[in-house]
This record gives sequence, C-alpha cells and structure tokens, in this order.
Amino acid sequence: MLSQRTIEIGVGLFLLTAFAALLILAFRVSGLTSFFDTKTYQVTAAFDDIGQLKIRSAVKIDGVNVGEVSSIHLDTTTFKAIVTMNINQKMNQIPDDSSAAILTAGLLGDNYIALTPMYSQTFLENGSEITDTHSAMILEKLIGQFIFNINKAAHPSSDQKSVTSH
Amino acid sequence: MMFERTASIGRLGLVIVRDWGKSGQLLFRILFRLPKPFRGFPALLQQIFAEGVLSLSIIVVSGLFIGMVLALQGHHTLAKFGASMELGPLVALSVLRELGPVVTAILFAGRAGSALTAEIGLMKATAQLSSMEMMAVDPIQRIISPRLWGGFVSLPLLTLIFNVTAIYGAWLVGVQWLGFDPGTFWSNMQSSVEFRLDVVNGIIKSVVFGFVVTLIAVHQGYFSESTSSGIANATTRTVVYSSLAVLGLDFVLTAMMIGGW
Amino acid sequence: MNHLVEIEKLHFSRNGRPIFSGIDIVIPCGKVVAIMGPSGTGKTTLLRLIGGQLRPSAGKIIVADKNVHRLNQTELYRLRHKMGMLFQTGGLFTHLDVFENVAFPLREHTQLTESMIHSIVLLKLNMVGLRGAIHLMPGELSGGMARRVAMARAIALDPELILYDEPFSGQDPISMGVLVRLIRILNEALGLTSIIVSHDVQETLSIADYVYVISGGKVIGQGTPKTIMEDGSDELKQFLQGLPDGPVPFHYPAPAIADELIQRNA
Repeated sequence: MLSQRTIEIGVGLFLLTAFAALLILAFRVSGLTSFFDTKTYQVTAAFDDIGQLKIRSAVKIDGVNVGEVSSIHLDTTTFKAIVTMNINQKMNQIPDDSSAAILTAGLLGDNYIALTPMYSQTFLENGSEITDTHSAMILEKLIGQFIFNINKAAHPSSDQKSVTSH
Repeated sequence: MMFERTASIGRLGLVIVRDWGKSGQLLFRILFRLPKPFRGFPALLQQIFAEGVLSLSIIVVSGLFIGMVLALQGHHTLAKFGASMELGPLVALSVLRELGPVVTAILFAGRAGSALTAEIGLMKATAQLSSMEMMAVDPIQRIISPRLWGGFVSLPLLTLIFNVTAIYGAWLVGVQWLGFDPGTFWSNMQSSVEFRLDVVNGIIKSVVFGFVVTLIAVHQGYFSESTSSGIANATTRTVVYSSLAVLGLDFVLTAMMIGGW
Repeated sequence: MNHLVEIEKLHFSRNGRPIFSGIDIVIPCGKVVAIMGPSGTGKTTLLRLIGGQLRPSAGKIIVADKNVHRLNQTELYRLRHKMGMLFQTGGLFTHLDVFENVAFPLREHTQLTESMIHSIVLLKLNMVGLRGAIHLMPGELSGGMARRVAMARAIALDPELILYDEPFSGQDPISMGVLVRLIRILNEALGLTSIIVSHDVQETLSIADYVYVISGGKVIGQGTPKTIMEDGSDELKQFLQGLPDGPVPFHYPAPAIADELIQRNA
C-alpha cells in the first residue's frame, strides 16, 4: 500500500493535469476568448429569404466577427423573415444606414450576415432596424435565372413558355 | 408450452426489476450516509488514486492512438472532397462529443470497474464486510461509498485528459507527419468547436457515465455470490452491463443535446 | 440476568427452504456453549441471527435483555460493541497489517490516544501469543495465526459475548491445540460468554460447558459433554461418534444396484 503522501501527490497531479486539459480544451480547441458574456445590443433586419441562416450564425463586418444571430421568426403581416442579431457592445459606431446581406462562407460553407457600413452619422443602437437588406442567394434560383437568360439570349423572340422557373 | 415461455419471461422481468430495486436501495444508502468529511477524506483520495490515477496509462495511450487513427482516416477521406482543411474540426468534434466520453467510460469500466467489482466481491467472500458490520462499523459508509465517489470524480477528469491527448495525437499525425499547416488546423478547429455546446456537453456525458459505470461496478461486487465463479461472473457482468449502459445512454443524451436540451 | 442469550421458538427460511423450525436455546453467562450439527444445518446462520445481520421469520432472540431484532440501527450497533465475532474465513482486513487490524475497533469506537491504543493492541496480541507479528500483513499469516489475530481483534473492546464460527476447521493438531486452549483461557480470564459453532466433536466437547446439537432445523440433543455422549437418539449417536451409516444414510438415494446393472447390460 503506497504511503498516504504518495497518494495525495498523485491525486493532486491528476487534478492539475485534468484542469490543464480543461483549459487547453477551452482556449486552444474551442476558441473561447473570454468566459464572461460580452455585453451585446440587439438589432433586427427583415429578409425575403434567409437561406441556410441559423441561430448563432455569425454577423461580420469586413469578415470580422462582431456578433451572432439570436433569433429568427416569420412576420405574419409582411411575410418577411425577421432576424434578430446580438452585436458586441464595443461595436457601437455602426452607421444606421448600413446594409445587411446573407453570404456564404466559402463555396459550400455556412451562411452568415455581412454588414456593410455606409455613411450616416447616427449609429445603430438597441432595437434599431436595418432596412437595406439583401437576401441569401439560393443556388437553384441562380441556375434558373441563368438558364432563363441563356434562352433569352439564344432565342430572342421565341416563346418562353418552355422555360419553367421554380 | 407457450405459457412456460411467457412465465419465464415474466420471471426474468421480475428478477431484473428486483435487481434494479436493490441497486436503488444501495445508492440511497450510499447517498444518505456520506463518508464523514474529515475522517473519510483520506479514503476518498485513496480511491481516486486507485481508480483515476492508475487508469491514466490506458487512457492516455488509447487517446493518443485514437486521435492518430482519426487524423489518418479523416485525411484519407477528406482529401477526396478537397476538404482536408476540415481535419481539425472533424477530429475535435468527434472526440469532444462522442469518442471522448464513450471510449473513456468503456475503458474505465474494463479497468477500474472490473477491479472494483472483484475487490468488493472478494471482501464480501472473505467475510471482511461482515466482520466490519459485526464490529458496528457500516461497511457501506467505510468501503463502498468512497469507491463510488472516487469513480464519479475520476471519470470526468479522465475524459478531459483523453480528449486533449486524442487531439494532440491528431495534431501529431496531421501536422507533423502529413505536413498540414498548423495555423489552418487550429483556427478551423477553433471556429467550429463551441465551448458550451461541445466541450461542456461532453463533460456532462462523462459525469453521467461515471455515475452509471461506478454504480454498476459497486452493485455487482456487493451482491455477488461468494464463490470464485460468482466473483468472476460478477466482474464480467460489470464490464458488459457498463458498456451497454454507456452506449445506450450516449444515444439518449446525444438526442437530448441535439434537440437543444 | 443469568442468561446472556435466549433464543425462543426461532424460525428462519432462506429461498423458501426452512433452515430452522423452532429452536430454543439458552446461553448462560460466563459459560462456553457449543452448538454443533452436521454441515449445512445453518450454524453460521444462527450466529448471524444472533448478531442481528439476519432477521428470523418467527421467534425472538434476546441478547443482554434486549430483543435484537426490535432495535434500531444505533441501538443495534451499540449492542454489537458487546459482541465479538470470529468468522470461519478469518475476516481480517487484507489491506491493513496485524497491528492495524486489531486496532481497528479501538480507533473506530473509542477516543483513546495513540499510545493507549498501542498498549492495548500489544496486550491483546500477547494474550493470543502473536505480539511479535504486529507488522505482518494478513496474507503472510498461516491459517491458525490469522484466526488468533482475529480473536485478538474480537476481544479488543472487551466484549461480553464472543461468537466462534467453526474455529477449528482445517487446522493442524498444534494450531488446534492452541486455539482450544485460548478459547477456554479467554473465557475465564476475561469473564466472557463464548458460543462455539463447530462440527469438530472431540475438540469442542473438551472445552464446552454445555452442548446443543442441531439437525434438520431442530435441536436434537442438549446437555453437558458427559451426559450427551451417554444418552441420546440414534441420530445424536451417529453424529457424535462419527458413524458412517445410520439415520443419515451412507448411500445417496438410488434404485437397487442389481436393477441398474441389469438395465445397462440389457
């Protein structure tokens, strides 16, 4: 039977190693930058089509993360998708005429919201709405559009009934 | 003939329910007779050592190899889709969400769980538990309880160490051997892995598994038949039941977690 | 009280099989009483019933004027302080050495200082002749030595009653002699009451003051060693004299051998 001292040292090292492992997992593996919830303010935007945008999708300016999507719901009067975003409190100088577009990260990646700042002197604050929105580009619509245009260019005056778009 | 079959199924069902009842009673007694805080502490430490620290070698080696194999296989398949940059996320997510908690729990059941069952079974067979009881010392508080808590504490810690070792193994194969760019490896991983969703959920799983595996091990030892074949069977049952329980609970927990708790 | 233990109309079954069907036994204070019987009659079970580890299905057991099975946990544990028990398999804690094994009940139930515990342990071990073995581990002891250490542990708290479960089984003649002598000496020197459960007729009868013989769940004979050898039923005689055939038959029930042989060769 090992002495009590050895056992205590062993268990102590075990606990320290496990704690170190936790820290590595937190900061190196999962990119947690801080433990504390950064303060955020909420901004909404209405889109015609959100594509694959999900809750927790990123909100970026010039490719840099400034917040995330907190909720998405359908407005039953205008039938547009209302997206609510939590933006980092530190980014409190975003002009309120900025535009929001839903882009895709890479070719097949996830969707995210890209904010493009404009020129207004007043800024977005809690509860503001972004009015200049661009919906996600749906691949099928693009292809349909492309085929339609090709046909139009090839047969300028013939019947377009044979082309169906979805 | 049909009645015979139905009756034996019914009997089996009753036996299983009675077993679970005994387990529940045992758990109840353990939880409500906590080891005395200062007197019982050395015993608890001893058990954490015996179950946790002594399991480190198998956990670390397994973690390393599993991480290495994941990276190898992952790269082999991802390369076909030109998605090699997703190797980091592939390994990290697989390990943190599933392989870490499940494999660690099964290895723990095989190494520490079976040792627990055999030890308790043997103490029962050589009348050590009985003589303790006759000396007015509660064997549940003194022997069983520290072993149970030792398991609860050890398994999540072992899982954390397994996770890190596996990811390190993947890094060894991916970056050192296959020549990946370490920057891409780590940054893609960081952007895909969510602390709360992946790391914490994995830890929650390992806590649940620790509870279940140790309880099964202790139950099998405590209720084992006091013969050599009895103890051998009990040890086998610990490993089999624990493994099945871990896999089953993993499915249930994963379903709950994906559904958003 | 002049009876330390009184067992009245005890009934006990295990898995549907009746083990005891009405046992009446009294153990007078200060005496060595033997409870004997063929293997499997539940003698160990009787000790566990007395100690409160098992509950009877009917009847009662009274130890030191207390009904054992009516006590709550705390009272039962207090009663157990007055009892020492020696198990057939020794029951020493394999992870502790001899000294720690004997010191265990002292550490648990008393607030004595280390030096006092040290002295008491040495004294108890001295009584059983194993003072020199204090640093050995149970795995290093012979069977007889382990039994003696267990005895020292059983008397550590100076109990009133001591229960021996098959103390002589599997011992060589010398250890046997030592144990026999020790049981008697301890009983006298410490004012104990001893109950020996055994099927070693010769050894047990040499030190017992009174004997009960149990078979088939009932007491089939009782008396002092002298009286019990003389009168008694056939069953009793067969057991006490070790006769191979009698009420307990030599042959396990089977059809007549002539028939069996004919059947095979037919």
